[in-house]
Amino acid sequence: MASRTIAASPPAARTASRSAAKAQLGRGALYALCLVLSVVFMVPFYWTVVTSFKGPQEIFVFPPTWWPESIRWTNYVQVWQRVPYGTFVVNSAIVTLLDVVGLTLSSALVAYGFARYRFPGRDVLFILTLATIVMPDEVTLVPTFLLFRYINWVDTLLPLIVPHFLGGAFYIFLLRQFFLALPRDLDEAARIDGAGALRILWDVILPLSKPALATAAILAFLQHWNEFLRPLIFLNSTEHFTLPIGIRYFQLLGSQGGEPMIQLLMAASLMMTLPCVVLFFAGQQYFVRGVVMSGLKG
Amino acid sequence: MIGARRAARAGSRGGLRRREAIEGFLLVSPWGLGLLLFIVGPLLASAYLSLAEYSVLRPPRFVGLDNYAKALFEDPIFWQAIQRTSLYVVMLVPLGLAASLGCALLLNRGVRGTNLFRTLFFLPTLTPIVAGAILWTWIFQPEVGLLNYALRAVGIQGPRWLSSYEWALPSLVIIGLWGSVGGSRMIIFLAGLQGVPQELFDAAAIDGANNWQKFRNVTLPMISPTMLFNLVLGIIAAFKVFAVSYVATGGGPAYSTWFFVYHIYNQAFKYSQMGYASALAWIFCVVILAFTFLQFRLSNRWVHYEGEREDRL
Repeated sequence: MASRTIAASPPAARTASRSAAKAQLGRGALYALCLVLSVVFMVPFYWTVVTSFKGPQEIFVFPPTWWPESIRWTNYVQVWQRVPYGTFVVNSAIVTLLDVVGLTLSSALVAYGFARYRFPGRDVLFILTLATIVMPDEVTLVPTFLLFRYINWVDTLLPLIVPHFLGGAFYIFLLRQFFLALPRDLDEAARIDGAGALRILWDVILPLSKPALATAAILAFLQHWNEFLRPLIFLNSTEHFTLPIGIRYFQLLGSQGGEPMIQLLMAASLMMTLPCVVLFFAGQQYFVRGVVMSGLKG
Repeated sequence: MIGARRAARAGSRGGLRRREAIEGFLLVSPWGLGLLLFIVGPLLASAYLSLAEYSVLRPPRFVGLDNYAKALFEDPIFWQAIQRTSLYVVMLVPLGLAASLGCALLLNRGVRGTNLFRTLFFLPTLTPIVAGAILWTWIFQPEVGLLNYALRAVGIQGPRWLSSYEWALPSLVIIGLWGSVGGSRMIIFLAGLQGVPQELFDAAAIDGANNWQKFRNVTLPMISPTMLFNLVLGIIAAFKVFAVSYVATGGGPAYSTWFFVYHIYNQAFKYSQMGYASALAWIFCVVILAFTFLQFRLSNRWVHYEGEREDRL
């Protein structure tokens, strides 16, 4: 492709006005397409919001109404009364925040070791780490469950938290790539001043790595806030449920007859989505950068 | 070279090197422990359990390859799960890749408000899977749901979506598309597109290439590494589908959305067939790794690496 010779001279210039008009038409079409796609993506959201404010009769009105008769904020309050939604939120918050802190810090520690130290077996260990990213974790599910059952951690939040304090393969990889790009002079200087490994990591490397840490933290948040399979397996009693499992529980309650609760389910789902959206807008730059970093270097 | 350096350092600097190695070991030791406790250990245990009968209440009993034979020759739901999961992958992955690339191409044209559009495309992918499944359950509702209402407005009698054998799986594909098209895959494509040098397009234009030819002969080869990356990750993610069917269809109707992970989950945690579930999990793992390996092997036929790029890991 690169060796192709330039054979033809540019085609005779068309009249400027015609090509300008064509360009404008093309831009209009692109714009229209963007708008249509945005509507397609956003309509389910809009519909959820509208439904979440409707009354139990109005949700079954046909043809559907595009705006609630009256905005029932009480739906949002009812969610917290019908199920222990507050408990779900607290559990999810505990698990997610501890996972984010644990994963980011422990992965930074390990990534620093991989990026800056030479020791026998390092490369083998690192390649093993990369391999575990591709390996589906379903294959370790049963023994992991049996292990936690053996030490009586089933139906506590511990199995969802503690393992993440030992690092995560993907986050180690992400941070190692970032640390490798940092100049060594700074930590060499600190070392000459007598600083130890942890001090250098904490005082020199981490402050320079805020963007990468933010990226790792955001990705970790989304992953663990959403996590479904493991909480489903490890948690049995309602008071230990995290949000995804709690909302599933709410859905089951609703399908067992009684008053229709779809509007409440919608409200519950929206409240669960909100932190992700807020986080996205707060950290958009890190977010996009993280996705691209993990993508192009994968 | 490293060997030479090492030799030169031997002696007085040996202690220093040993210190470096010890510190390095200590730094990565948490992960070493995690790897051992939560990955390597469970992998070995799962390999053993897959050769055993184990229902938790009694100690495991070695049965050789019985579990694998059971999966392949006796369990009809195993093949149903394979078939439905494959169908899901075959529908979701090509559609998803094409749609993400299409959206990225559109955003790459730099229309006014690109940032806003990118955000709007992206927002659905932030929805937790459980929330998305519940929201779509309501949209797919056959009688009063939004989708069938819209179809009726244009004179089509919509199907029963999630409660129909034929349509339940395509419905889950729609949910999957909505939740992934505008997400990281699109962002990665966009970054790939922005990395295509303008000179190549200029050269193609001088050769008289039209837009399609430019796309086919310049854009596609230049973003083929990105395509490979998205393809590999997309297939892995699609094979692992679970939560959406658990919440939206419960594997039904009539096992039409009984995906592989759903089967593993049920055998292990509903019926306590830990041995059989481990065998299923190993089959699943081998299938995924085989697909991944195959794609990398086949990739040299269609993936184009431009000149010298930085080390690819």
